[in-house]
Amino acid sequence: MQPAVKRIIFYVLLFSIWQGAVYVFDVSPSLLPAPTDVFASLYEGFSNLTLVYDLAASFRRLFIGLAIALVLGLLLGVLLAKSKTADETLGSLILALQSVPSIVWLPLAIMWFGLNEMAVIFIVVLGATIVMTINVRTGIMNVPPLFIKAAKTMNYKGFRLFSKVTIPASIPYAVTGMRLAWAFAWRALMAGELLSTGPGLGYSLRFASDFGDMSRVIAIMLLIMLIGIIVDLLFFQRIEKKVLRKWGLATS
Amino acid sequence: MFLSMNNVHKSFTNNDKTELVLSDIQLDVKEGEFVSILGPSGCGKSTLLSIVAGLAHATEGSIELEGKTIKGPGKERGMVFQQAALFPWLTVEENVMFPLLPDMSKKEAQQKAHHYLQMVQLGAYTKHSPHEISGGMQQRVAIARALAMDPALLLMDEPFGALDEQTRSRLHEIVEKIFLETKKTILFVTHSIAESLKLSDRIVVMGTQPGTILEVIELNFPRPRSQSKEELLYYEEKIQALLKSEIDKVTEKEQKHAASR
Repeated sequence: MQPAVKRIIFYVLLFSIWQGAVYVFDVSPSLLPAPTDVFASLYEGFSNLTLVYDLAASFRRLFIGLAIALVLGLLLGVLLAKSKTADETLGSLILALQSVPSIVWLPLAIMWFGLNEMAVIFIVVLGATIVMTINVRTGIMNVPPLFIKAAKTMNYKGFRLFSKVTIPASIPYAVTGMRLAWAFAWRALMAGELLSTGPGLGYSLRFASDFGDMSRVIAIMLLIMLIGIIVDLLFFQRIEKKVLRKWGLATS
Repeated sequence: MFLSMNNVHKSFTNNDKTELVLSDIQLDVKEGEFVSILGPSGCGKSTLLSIVAGLAHATEGSIELEGKTIKGPGKERGMVFQQAALFPWLTVEENVMFPLLPDMSKKEAQQKAHHYLQMVQLGAYTKHSPHEISGGMQQRVAIARALAMDPALLLMDEPFGALDEQTRSRLHEIVEKIFLETKKTILFVTHSIAESLKLSDRIVVMGTQPGTILEVIELNFPRPRSQSKEELLYYEEKIQALLKSEIDKVTEKEQKHAASR
């Protein structure tokens, strides 16, 4: 059987069991609404455009935050790879910060930037920059020494050597870094919105929760999941595959 | 003299222990000569080639090419490594254009690249990626890339060591053809006696611990060498005898080391 067919059967079963259980045990909609209610809420949210506005607001922050994070991560990664002193000092701090979920910075961020978008973007930047930095650093440090030697015999040195050999040789790592940065940014954004202010998907989720509208809560959860999967599959995994194939690193 | 190595010494310091790798290397190479450097592993032959390439520096002594002391890498010296070291993000053609692009237009570089790719019989593979062609073909691209700079001296560091026998003998023919056509001076590092006998005008036999020149053997046979089998056999035995005492030396030292523990 094809994996796609297996998957369809699995999800149909999952939703049927959910629907059946809610019907049979007569579960209150404020505890667990039936899938049909969730889909109805999703449909309603899209037809009256509230979810569309939320999506647009969330994506706006995401793109700003992610763009800043990618540029910052690239610069920091290059710095750590090129300067031993920076790697031993700043590098240790960045590794330490990696173990802290970026959302814990929110109270501070609200004090610094106010209860507004800036605070949320700050959380997104923080979450995505660190993983991008680490990947860029690893990529540059893993450039085969033979590439550098070969380029030197062809009279490449200094910045030209860096831009024509070191940078392209580390692109596979940078692409993986981008993909992870997106995943971190998306999670950080949802957490940030949930705990601060709207508009946005995370904020609407909390708003619905305050009014006990669990159908809407689950509808937004589904939306967050779907966007996460779709962007990763359709965009980042595709780029990553293409780059790995071009660089001769793909296994198949 | 075209290339002269004067009293070259090289030592590495590791954990406060200084090890002499090359000792008193004295060698002159004439223009248009094919010289092989032959020796067991660890004799410092690759290190010597790196110094000529300008990728490493001699601890003592100097190397001069056409009267100029070598201080770093330069375009008048092209190098082929044991691994092809092609850049995977570039096509075959772009790899060969790589050393040319800073100095000439893209179109000119492309024409030159095609010329040298045809010389190594890869004219049909210009748009391929390096990982789409075989190891032997990759090494041919690397040769074309080194030749594209039109270097006065071509350095080859065990370029066929990682290839199978059939591919290797095919590449020998190509290198010999290039040598005869372009009249380049070639310095060729190898551990294969057969390879050096097939290709060289002179063979520099090196001993180990520290790396020194044991003997320089002149080969005055017409090319291709397959006709003069008998004479070559004489030299093969001679080199084998020279190297045997070197390998015995290494074994003896290893045993002593083991006994002292």
